[in-house]
Amino acid sequence: MSNTDKPNLAEKSFLSVRDLKVHFPTDDGLVKSVNGLSFDLERGKTLGIVGESGSGKSVTSLSIMGLHRTGTKRGAPQISGEIWLDGEDLVSADPDRVRQLRGHKMAMIFQDPLTAMHPYFTVGAQIVEAYRAHHPGTSKKVARTRAVEMLDRVGIPQPDKRVDNYPHEFSGGMRQRAMIAMALVNDPSLLIADEPTTALDVTVQAQILDLIRDLQKEFGSAVIIITHDLGVVAEIADDILVMYGGKPIERGPAATIFESPEHPYTWGLLGSMPRLDRELQDRLIPVKGSPPSLINVPSGCAFHPRCPYAELTGGRSTGEVPVLAEAAPRHYAACHLPIAERHRIFTEEIAPRL
Amino acid sequence: MTDSQTAAPQAAKVPAQAPGPDREPLLRVTGLTRHFPVTKGLLKRQVGAVRAVDGIDFEVMAGETLGVVGESGCGKSTMGRLVTRLDEPTSGKIEFEGADITHLGVAAMRPYRRDIQMIFQDPYSSLNPRHTIGTIVGAPFKLQNAVPAGGLKKAVQDLLELCGLSPEHYNRYPHEFSGGQRQRIGIARALALRPKMIVADEPVSALDVSIQAQVVNLLDDLQQELGLTYLIIAHDLSVVRHVSDRVAVMYLGKVVEIADRDSLYAKPMHPYTNALMSAVPVPDPQRKERRERILLTGDVPSPLNPPSGCRFRTRCWKAQDICAGQEPPLAVARPGHQVACHFPENAPE
Repeated sequence: MSNTDKPNLAEKSFLSVRDLKVHFPTDDGLVKSVNGLSFDLERGKTLGIVGESGSGKSVTSLSIMGLHRTGTKRGAPQISGEIWLDGEDLVSADPDRVRQLRGHKMAMIFQDPLTAMHPYFTVGAQIVEAYRAHHPGTSKKVARTRAVEMLDRVGIPQPDKRVDNYPHEFSGGMRQRAMIAMALVNDPSLLIADEPTTALDVTVQAQILDLIRDLQKEFGSAVIIITHDLGVVAEIADDILVMYGGKPIERGPAATIFESPEHPYTWGLLGSMPRLDRELQDRLIPVKGSPPSLINVPSGCAFHPRCPYAELTGGRSTGEVPVLAEAAPRHYAACHLPIAERHRIFTEEIAPRL
Repeated sequence: MTDSQTAAPQAAKVPAQAPGPDREPLLRVTGLTRHFPVTKGLLKRQVGAVRAVDGIDFEVMAGETLGVVGESGCGKSTMGRLVTRLDEPTSGKIEFEGADITHLGVAAMRPYRRDIQMIFQDPYSSLNPRHTIGTIVGAPFKLQNAVPAGGLKKAVQDLLELCGLSPEHYNRYPHEFSGGQRQRIGIARALALRPKMIVADEPVSALDVSIQAQVVNLLDDLQQELGLTYLIIAHDLSVVRHVSDRVAVMYLGKVVEIADRDSLYAKPMHPYTNALMSAVPVPDPQRKERRERILLTGDVPSPLNPPSGCRFRTRCWKAQDICAGQEPPLAVARPGHQVACHFPENAPE
């Protein structure tokens, strides 16, 4: 796919994912969670991955972290493709090597801090563990000072007292801050945040997004933020990748994705969310149907059963898998509709209703 | 006086089939409280109380939708459970169509259960996995000993069709359905006895964006078709704006602002409402820089020991001495707009 379009980027980019495929064998069949995903990310930039549940966005992040390597009783997940992190391929790397990188060079913030943190250990102990694991020989005292410093940095009041609290003694927002502190304790150059604010209230969500943005400026790390909330990515992301049925269907700079989205699914997403910044619409325009099963992905374009414009492609949508093609500078979309036609539909039919 | 003022703009919204005496609200809640006791020791001595709902008043007119927003822990779900009488109020009064239902027993409450139904947040835990859809949606008829005309199966299948499901789903089990479809099943069950009022606690928050819109539209259509009255509890301000006629904002067990939708969203008066609205992420990267954001610091205080006076004062940038000493009453600030604040924003001159 696009690795042939831009062969030399793979060496330059800090993180480069090439034709990643993650398939899980199950009793019902092979679940193709991620099926051919490529993207690049520079240091200091933020990529937002958007999609509905089951679009493969979380599996992507877990695969980058190397957390999908061990198998279940039905066999290990089949991972192919390449994930280059700072010149090292993670897919073919030794598990011990990935383990060294995980938590050190790349770190992750999980959705639900209450389940991601161990209830039996204090918050401080868990941060200290993360620090000492990657800094062998550090004394407990030094590590503890570092933990207090990190808690202070993420805005937890009285960090020297709070460090000895258990996760249940923290509120939801503070737990999420503590988890960010844990992820950042080793100065990772890649930070993956999987739905970091979904479990939080809007006021706390705004605080956490600001925090992630500030910390990114300070540490210059690359950030991947995974969410289903288009509002969140608009706040924080430089580039946006929209996923559907395990494939990327649109990719581009945040500003152009929101201003002139190319793919009918992106139109659907934008049309189905009520917005505070616009006049009140009478009705929302939902995407009909529901997301596809990843065992039996629809033939051709996975979105065609739900796409209102599928007939306009002359049958190509059911037979041929669309590839990501450049529709505007740095803006790629995987759609069979001719570009001119797409732009006409968007300006005439979609834009007035958004 | 207060009542007639808040009611006036609603008159146009009340559909023609609404019950006759139109100035009488369908639901009236006065001074409703729910304190969960906190006990300690062997003798279960009460050492305090979580004041989940602490004295709220509001009315819901027939045919309108009242949206309730607030952060987690503000008592909005408890309020929903009290109104549907799934929980026992500590004090206060709930009147439904003029009848006091505050402390009715199980048997005395049963006739009212036909009229007040609930839609739950989680479509996965609110349907019994061992029952077929037919059994689930048909349960209200059985419990109320109501035999629908044309038989139970026919009635259930009609309900399924009404909610956008296929009648063939009658014999299937919940696990065979997606989240959005399950939520439709929950809605069909709530509609079975043709209730007058539906309390929906976060009806769409567990669903995907594209499915959310489908369910929101369905709720809209059903209201038009059946003349339903909704009390919709949600944390998503944009969804609430879309579905509601009036909106109540709750903070720490109190209603801090209640107003017509347009008035509230155009000119919010309570600082908390302002902060909530400015925190909602807007899907427009261009506005990111231009926008002025009010960032609230800290968390919601514990409802075990709420701040004195105005409960929001600990996080409020306008707080002064009076806020700590005196609790602001919920008063009419503009026609159809009540706010509980000593220093409201956007106040008329």
